[in-house]
Amino acid sequence: MKGIIYILSLCTTFFIAVSCSELLPPEPEQETVLAGPIEDLTPQQLRDHLVGDEQFGRIFGQEDGLGPIFVSNACESCHIGDGKGHPLTTLTRFGKYSGGIWDPMVEEGGPQLQNRSIAGYPPETIPGDATGVTRLMPPAVTGLGYLAAVPDAVILELADPDDSDGDGISGVPNYIQPLDYFMPLPSHIPSNGKYIGRFGKKAGAIDLLQQIVTAYKEDMGITSDFDLQDNFNIQAGLTTGDFVDDPEVSAAIVNNVVFYVRTLKVPPRRDENDIDVIAGENLFNQINCSGCHRPSLVTGFSDVTTLSNKTIHPYADMLLHDMGSELDDGYTEGTALTSEWRTAPLWGIGLAEDSQGGSPFYLHDGRASTLESAIGFHGGEASNSRDEFNNLSTNEKDQLIIFLKSL
Amino acid sequence: MLKIDMTIVFILLLLAPIFGQQDTSVVQDAIYDRPFITSDFPVALGGYLEGNTNYFSEDGVSEGFSMEFRRFNIFLYSTIIPRVRFLAELEFEHGTEEIAIETAQVEFEFLQALILRAGIMVVPIGAYNVNHDPPKYEFVERPLEATQIIPSTLSDIGFGFNGKIFWNNLLFTYDAYLVNGLSDGIILNDQGRTFLESGKSEERFAEDNNGSPTFSGRLAVKSFKFGELGISYYSGIYNSFQIEGEIVDAKRNIEIAAIDFNTKIEKLIIQGEFAVNSIDVPKDISEIFGTKQWGGYVDIVYPIIQANILGFDNSVINLAVRLERVDYNVGEFAETGKNIYDDINGLSFAISFRPASGTVLKANYIHYWSRDVLGNPTVKTAGFQFGIATYF
Repeated sequence: MKGIIYILSLCTTFFIAVSCSELLPPEPEQETVLAGPIEDLTPQQLRDHLVGDEQFGRIFGQEDGLGPIFVSNACESCHIGDGKGHPLTTLTRFGKYSGGIWDPMVEEGGPQLQNRSIAGYPPETIPGDATGVTRLMPPAVTGLGYLAAVPDAVILELADPDDSDGDGISGVPNYIQPLDYFMPLPSHIPSNGKYIGRFGKKAGAIDLLQQIVTAYKEDMGITSDFDLQDNFNIQAGLTTGDFVDDPEVSAAIVNNVVFYVRTLKVPPRRDENDIDVIAGENLFNQINCSGCHRPSLVTGFSDVTTLSNKTIHPYADMLLHDMGSELDDGYTEGTALTSEWRTAPLWGIGLAEDSQGGSPFYLHDGRASTLESAIGFHGGEASNSRDEFNNLSTNEKDQLIIFLKSL
Repeated sequence: MLKIDMTIVFILLLLAPIFGQQDTSVVQDAIYDRPFITSDFPVALGGYLEGNTNYFSEDGVSEGFSMEFRRFNIFLYSTIIPRVRFLAELEFEHGTEEIAIETAQVEFEFLQALILRAGIMVVPIGAYNVNHDPPKYEFVERPLEATQIIPSTLSDIGFGFNGKIFWNNLLFTYDAYLVNGLSDGIILNDQGRTFLESGKSEERFAEDNNGSPTFSGRLAVKSFKFGELGISYYSGIYNSFQIEGEIVDAKRNIEIAAIDFNTKIEKLIIQGEFAVNSIDVPKDISEIFGTKQWGGYVDIVYPIIQANILGFDNSVINLAVRLERVDYNVGEFAETGKNIYDDINGLSFAISFRPASGTVLKANYIHYWSRDVLGNPTVKTAGFQFGIATYF
């Protein structure tokens, strides 16, 4: 009888513990998390999203086809928690001007440096004759499905190549030659066989498929049905790969990852009704930061119904702007000038440091450790806004920064 | 997050054997310290099985409840002639998902202090790798240090010597073997970090991947009053630096050093282990695949009831706690000068019921705090497990 009491007492204690939800970790506040699917996906779409999520997190080893030269070993390694990257996984791209024509130095391993390699294989180095070298911090990937659903017509409407309104801000689309697997949508508007790029720091990718196929190959050295050729270190005279049969991932896997990225939720806002946030947003508009960082865009039709015809708040216009000499790395893609960068969406910027190890790295290469510093680097078309920011009172500057951190 | 500096805890607990009590078993004999070796037949057959339930939640997301049949292991033992003995262990994990020969060794006892061992053997790196049978433990999960830093169960083909030397009231044991060793998968694997478990190529039982044997050895001293303290070392080249005799890569070495202890203070049983890995990694990937790792754990077990319970004579109910930590990548980022994290802290509690010494029912609560390589917000994982493990 005594034994039964012992056992029952212990079982009761343990079952009480099991039933105590306090012993299990709670879900973080959703407004503090970038990752997660958009709402209103169908169960099938949600399943596809989760399949893509698994592939996004897949770590490639040498036996899986990683390399032979690469930058990182998983999508998730660069976009931890679907957020921004870190100097550890920052990409380097290079090229040179030759006779006034941009040369991405493909014959010397360009335009992207693969600074890591599999065992016994040499990594690439930057050729000595490269005139332009830029470092590109991986961006957050949340909300990209909505940006993909913005019709070209909306982007073109925002363009002002000749600065006809005289606000000092022009804004031009980057026209990109499509790759052979590109499938235009009705919302795409071609120009001389080229299409508007909208993804990447220079808007060098027309759609998410191009962005992700390129990332598989250039970042991880993973071939796919869309691009069967591995990168080799031709600088070292090597023309063979990693001895893993190609393709290393199927079209189905790539499409799953595209779907995953398309169906990530928009970055959540925080403290929207805070008095300083509201004041900061007014200042943001007043000094015309919103001239490039457009607060609202409207999506068009999408085959994912929940992405269709939605007003979104990316604080971006998807156009190229001249950002001045301080941000001119001498590197370019498509029709962009070396000083031109696509307006970076600001949504999610307040959560950047949660994927960057607690210390934010702002701007295209992570050179700015504070938002004030990042604003200070703005030149060219953003000079007026930067100067007006510098002329704000300390309190007003603080309010504007508080607003940015609420995004 | 655990605020306690576990390093200090481990160091303090390493001193615990000073306060220990008499116990005659040694880690070296763990493979023979199993209840099946009592038969009068020329070949003894035995084994153990282990199964459990899982209910875990990671940052509020749970996969729900599931059941797991972890292991079904069969032992074979034979005294071929006096002082020549054979031992084998065949392991089935998760049903037939993974089948492996963990041990198939022959020993020739020339002297008690000089025993030749050859075959597939459990490598003597740390105590847990040698002494890992689940019926001996109150926790369902193996310590992180013993799976993530030392890839238990690490067995390998090799040969070497072991023995025992008595001196005053102390028993010294040694093990020294050459084995084929771990291989290339330690780095550039699908774990995305330096991970010794991925270096356990099945081919190691057939041939060495680089023609350079690896040394594994352990020295231990047992005081029948205070407990046992062991140190072990494992070192060898892990990568395939040559193909058909042609050098195609630099030689890359792996070293593991471990210290282990167990003691008994009154009824309180304390055991633990601390291991450090040092791995040569190509410089261009050394921030992703760390060159140094360490981990450690301490189990503290206290029998709260020893009685006839439900008709089982000499039943024991134990309470246990485990503190553990692993750091997969010790170092700093070259560009930022900031710490590389990639670590896990763990705290676990157990209640176990042992109707016999080789049979245990376990109820565990586990909590892990994990940080990624950048030290982003800590991921919290916690859950409950009920398990059973028994020799037969």
